[in-house]
Amino acid sequence: MAHSEHIVSGFDRDLEGIQAQIMRMGGLVEEAIAKATEALETRDLELARAVRAGDKAIDALDESVNDEAARIIAQRQPIASDLRTVLTVFRVSTNLERIGDYAKNIAKRTETIIDQPPVNGTGASLRRMARQVELMLKDVLDAYIQRDAALAADVRARDIDVDQMYSALFREYLTFMMEDPRNITTCMHLHFMAKNIERMGDHVTSIAEQVIYLVTGDMPEDDRPKQDRTAHDAGNLT
Amino acid sequence: MNDMRMTERGVNTKDIKIEARKVQVFYGANHAIKDVDVDIEDKTVTAFIGPSGCGKSTFLRCLNRMNDTIDICRVEGDIILDGEDIYDKRVDPVQLRAKVGMVFQKPNPFPKSIYDNVAYGPKIHGLSRNKAELDEIVESSLRRAALWNEVKDRLDAPGTGLSGGQQQRLCIARAVATSPEVLLMDEPCSALDPIATAQVEELIDELRQSYSVVIVTHSMQQAARVSQKTAFFHLGNLVEFGETSKIFTNPEDPRTESYITGRIG
Ligand SMILES: Nc1ncnc2c1ncn2[C@@H]1O[C@H](COP(=O)(O)OP(=O)(O)OP(=O)(O)O)[C@@H](O)[C@H]1O
Ligand SMILES: [Mg+2]
Repeated sequence: MAHSEHIVSGFDRDLEGIQAQIMRMGGLVEEAIAKATEALETRDLELARAVRAGDKAIDALDESVNDEAARIIAQRQPIASDLRTVLTVFRVSTNLERIGDYAKNIAKRTETIIDQPPVNGTGASLRRMARQVELMLKDVLDAYIQRDAALAADVRARDIDVDQMYSALFREYLTFMMEDPRNITTCMHLHFMAKNIERMGDHVTSIAEQVIYLVTGDMPEDDRPKQDRTAHDAGNLT
Repeated sequence: MNDMRMTERGVNTKDIKIEARKVQVFYGANHAIKDVDVDIEDKTVTAFIGPSGCGKSTFLRCLNRMNDTIDICRVEGDIILDGEDIYDKRVDPVQLRAKVGMVFQKPNPFPKSIYDNVAYGPKIHGLSRNKAELDEIVESSLRRAALWNEVKDRLDAPGTGLSGGQQQRLCIARAVATSPEVLLMDEPCSALDPIATAQVEELIDELRQSYSVVIVTHSMQQAARVSQKTAFFHLGNLVEFGETSKIFTNPEDPRTESYITGRIG
């Protein structure tokens, strides 16, 4: 870490402890995304169930991080970069927990559509989108550990790609549903899965913003251009 | 409408009460304060923080010429209070100290009654016309220092017979009794329990409505709680001076960061 040690070494151990828990959460969440998409692709019921069950461990870590961070605030009264470290841990933990929930939701929907015939050509784009978010998550966790604001800014910029992939997928599913009403159930689920992945991207972006705040003391100011107008467009269609 | 804009802006551009320029302090050959420039704002609490021996008390004492009483001490540079150089020969240090009051690091009540300790300043500066007015000043000063309830039944008892924390609050009462425009406080709460500390902090916040307060403190939490401006001193230099909210969330200088977060510098 960039800073020299605290005179009270227990403070260093506390801060390292909660950050280690964040990294453990990050690892579990990365794994949950990968396994959820794999379960969908291979129609693997067991794997989907495992993802759902695995979410409990992520929730437990989130709770433990929050308890621990609250204790550190009460006992150590962190200020300046220490305060930012603790505040960041709170928020990043929440973001990771939510990403975990989205992975769990994908697994749940996979279980629902597992017996439906696959809709041709829908798998690859969804997998690409999930892969993109997974890479962003991996990079943002690296940026977090290395206190690398530039890498975090790069991750933040990449969320536009995820938004664009989502818009493209949305149109694709709409086409399939209009072509053949028997696709509607599956495509609705697939659409929600795509939406889940798009939301994961937003949470990764939020983590990237936390890393920038942690390192520089300021939240990035410029608004990220929001590409997703799909919902509006869809509204106009009906 | 214009007025509103003025007050809004007033938050950031307060009047300067004390302007210190190129201040140097020497104790014999020891260069204790090095070229310090700082503006103390009116109606603002300014906190001085920094490691022991960095010169906080020394600099604070320059602001009401308390260093005059130390033989080997030499002060250079300008300290301007309301546009007037306080080191000018025409300035009477006693008058100056009524205007710029001080509470010291160690409580130092006079060997007199509790009442007389507080009444002394108002008396010599002729702030009351009769006994009733003086009584009123004594009571309100003791109340402001959060001491009234503990001493109201023994105002004739000697001030030196109080506990350390009570003595410190007596000194605060004595300092506010002359209604100073600037109040200098050197670790005023170091001997106080958390309740008395909170009461003094409340008093400081109240004083800020009308006065300028400068407080030296070793408690980072206290500096963060009570002050709007913070000055960090290190080895006789003023390393960083700015908004308290900024210093305690994102200080500029690595020396400030190390000090306030309790790191090995
Ligand atoms: N009366 C004095 N005579 C000689 N040297 C002094 C005197 N008062 C202070 N000094 C010296 O001036 C320097 C600054 O001391 P000062 O008391 O201003 O520090 P401080 O920041 O208030 O420390 P603390 O937090 O311990 O009260 C020190 O080197 C100290 O030894
Ligand atoms: Mg001192």
